[in-house]
Amino acid sequence: MEKHVIQYETVRFNLNGKDVERTVDVRASLTDMLRNDFRMTSVKKGCEVGECGACNVLIDGEAFNSCIYLAVWANGKHIRTLEGLLGPNGELSDIQQAFVDEAAIQCGFCTPGFILTAVEILESGKEYTDDELRKLLSGHLCRCTGYENILRAVKKTMYRRLGKPMPEQ
Amino acid sequence: MSKSVGKSVVRVDAYEKATGRAKYTDDLCDRSALVVKICHSTIAHGFVKSIDTTQAEAIPGVVRVLTCFDVPDHPFPTAGHPWSTDPHHQDVADRMLLNRHVRYYGDEVAVVIAEDEVAAVQGVRALKVEYEELPFVLDVQKAMEEGAPQIHEEYPQNILAHTDIRRGDYAKASQEPGLIKVEGWYDTPTVQHCHIENHGCFAYMEAGRVVVVSSTQIPHIVRRVVGQALGIPWGKVRLIKPYIGGGFGNKQDALYEPLCAWCSTMVGGRLVKLECTREETFVSNRVRHAIRTHIISWVRPDGTLVARKFEAFSNQGAYASHGHGVVAKGMGAFPQLYPCDNLECDCWSVFTNRPAAGAMRGYGIPQAMFAGESHIDDICKAIGMTPLEFRRKNLMPVGYTDGFSKNELYSDTFNQCMDKGMAAIDYQRKFEAYRNQTGPIRRGVGLAVFWYNTAVWPISLESSSCRMVVNQDGSLQFQTGETEIGQGCDTAYSQMVADAVGVPLSDVHVVSTQDTDVTPYGTGAYASRQTYIGGFSIMQTAIALRERILNIAHEQTRMPVSNLDLVDGQIIRKSDGRVLKSLGDLAMESLYSLEHSQHITAETTAQIKSNAYSFGCSFAEVEVDIPMCKVKLLNIVNVHDCGTLINPALAEAQVHGGMSMAIGYGLSEELKFDEKTGKPLNNNLLDYKLSTFMDHPTLQAAFVENAEPTSPYGTKALGEPPACSGAPAIRNAILNATGMAIDCCPITPHVLYRKFKEAGLITD
Repeated sequence: MEKHVIQYETVRFNLNGKDVERTVDVRASLTDMLRNDFRMTSVKKGCEVGECGACNVLIDGEAFNSCIYLAVWANGKHIRTLEGLLGPNGELSDIQQAFVDEAAIQCGFCTPGFILTAVEILESGKEYTDDELRKLLSGHLCRCTGYENILRAVKKTMYRRLGKPMPEQ
Repeated sequence: MSKSVGKSVVRVDAYEKATGRAKYTDDLCDRSALVVKICHSTIAHGFVKSIDTTQAEAIPGVVRVLTCFDVPDHPFPTAGHPWSTDPHHQDVADRMLLNRHVRYYGDEVAVVIAEDEVAAVQGVRALKVEYEELPFVLDVQKAMEEGAPQIHEEYPQNILAHTDIRRGDYAKASQEPGLIKVEGWYDTPTVQHCHIENHGCFAYMEAGRVVVVSSTQIPHIVRRVVGQALGIPWGKVRLIKPYIGGGFGNKQDALYEPLCAWCSTMVGGRLVKLECTREETFVSNRVRHAIRTHIISWVRPDGTLVARKFEAFSNQGAYASHGHGVVAKGMGAFPQLYPCDNLECDCWSVFTNRPAAGAMRGYGIPQAMFAGESHIDDICKAIGMTPLEFRRKNLMPVGYTDGFSKNELYSDTFNQCMDKGMAAIDYQRKFEAYRNQTGPIRRGVGLAVFWYNTAVWPISLESSSCRMVVNQDGSLQFQTGETEIGQGCDTAYSQMVADAVGVPLSDVHVVSTQDTDVTPYGTGAYASRQTYIGGFSIMQTAIALRERILNIAHEQTRMPVSNLDLVDGQIIRKSDGRVLKSLGDLAMESLYSLEHSQHITAETTAQIKSNAYSFGCSFAEVEVDIPMCKVKLLNIVNVHDCGTLINPALAEAQVHGGMSMAIGYGLSEELKFDEKTGKPLNNNLLDYKLSTFMDHPTLQAAFVENAEPTSPYGTKALGEPPACSGAPAIRNAILNATGMAIDCCPITPHVLYRKFKEAGLITD
């Protein structure tokens, strides 16, 4: 019979700008740790095998599905969740505001993951074509929006950050 | 007075969702919860002979193991329909909490309740289930054959139900000389809703009652089902519905709420949670009915429909769930969309050993439109008429009234929608240009219309209640039993409330969460009913609230009620337009008055005995790579007449989502099963191909706004209609491109390879 053995390890990392440490079950995913130990409930579980993108977080600036990333691997990393985007007085970041303005949010369950991938795209400082944006965002599944307004929100914010007018459709 | 209805105001929940603060079911569950994991059957059909729980129970952390031999004997229905007090109209009660007779691969046979997920999963693995296997059947028509495996004892040949429609004399009319016979069989697949939040719930007992928090579209209905399943009075159950991550009809069934509630009662009322994995969601929740449709049309060379036959075989899967209502709705569209004097229509819902089919966005209409609209283009091909010309000639005419629902087509909706859609993709020019192409890469344009009707009257009850409560500052809360599931009803309702009461939108606060202890009764999100139905109870409650407010204003100002009005949150004297006081001042004085203290509230129930057609169309443009057997969707537009738009931006977003679902339905989505075992083959988001960001062209949504006269806000269905006509429009575009009439969806390279090979378009 399998033994109910639990091994723990201490993981130290930076979460949304703050150094933190926790002792976690070595089998725990980063999703589990963020949701259960830090109550970062913007990190959503849609499949837990890296298919849907709902649990996406930024690890050292790069988007990862946290469900297939072990919690202990977070050691020494800078991790950002959607909670970290908000200003000190609850101000929305530009990309969050664009999701609001463009009606890119419906049920809201895929939204946190999408916004974080958008942050990665925007922080690259590059200008992408629609096809490139679609590809960069394609790691996320959404069943409500048909992706249309999400594309608009990301594109609009990209051009605003680049200081360029958005080209006509 | 500033109007809120008709404006694209920002969603009321946008900030909460954009920040990740919106709490969904699992976000609310205390971490102390025990975890429930289900043991699913690994055979498609048979009986559980025994379950050895010894090893599972010995695993540290396992609290309790419950099997199909432990469940109470209370068969229950799961469909998200309003209860009927007439036993003949009640849903089929064919469910048990856990099953000895297992009817599909994935049926529930036992649960393990443990202190954590790891122990629960280990416990399920350690269960030793012994089965007596029986033959199984997956195909709908094979299930109807003599000698087919019997899935439910009470239903010979596995037929859950059969209904028909007869008009005129089909046999005689089809004998008319010179008629052209067009016949086709059309197959639609088993697909799944794929809301990104899997279904999950948690339950605990409090003061002798069981409380369930669930990701559901239908809290009041699920409360009733939990009571039925546990054999306890319905008042002993409290159901809470927080934000949910999509539903699309899957969560319009009682899913695992009864089982979760029962588990709590079996561990002394402790908090237990049951979350489905994605794999479970695909198989052990609900799916859309795969329907096989046979249509024969007898047509005059000028395109007149003389006689038509329609037969639909609906694959119900293992349990009745929504049952026959789905295919019956699809059949109901047939005589109406293209009226014809001589009709013979039959439809059957048939049990098979597949996952139970329930409601899914469109409720039988996506299937019926794939078959029906594909068939219309097949007729056009046979008689040499254009798809547009045929539709203009034969579609439901203005003024058409359905005798049963009393629905009327008040406006020239179909032509208006088609005109708009055609212009958007330059249909007519392209249709001619794309005929008779040769070469490996060919383009085509296609058109399909759809029929839909709003809400469920007169088949079922339509009732909705609303409560409004004024605060001391003149703002107000309102509640309805109708649920926000992402579609935006909380926002649309807030706009309606603001206008109907006469307060600014910023003073309207929606109570988004339904809690059956405090939320007035309403049946929830289905049948694209909520904007239409909720509009009645909101308007009625607003009128009652205004009456109360103006009576209090009379007490406080001594002006006659007839000379008072409430506009933008101000009490106005109508005769000179002077602002007498703000609603805030009025409410403050009213509540704290030492002479006559009044809390200003209103609550009413509206029963709705009307219904409304909601029509529209899709146009698609495709590029077909013949050697590769691949279809690329270049362009797609949907046009809807859902009456007056309450919030144009949200309406457009709603249409995008439905179009996306229709694209997947047409081109890529199918839940597949192993013919040898009945085991699902692709119950995950990697192998089940729902549309990704890369699979869409720009989605165009357009509207024709003919105000619906039966609705206080001129509105009607928009939730499901966007998913109804996209797939046949794509299919018909492929016909225009290649001359190939495809008889099934999804239209994958496998399907095209077979068809192109038969037609000699490709050779090995």
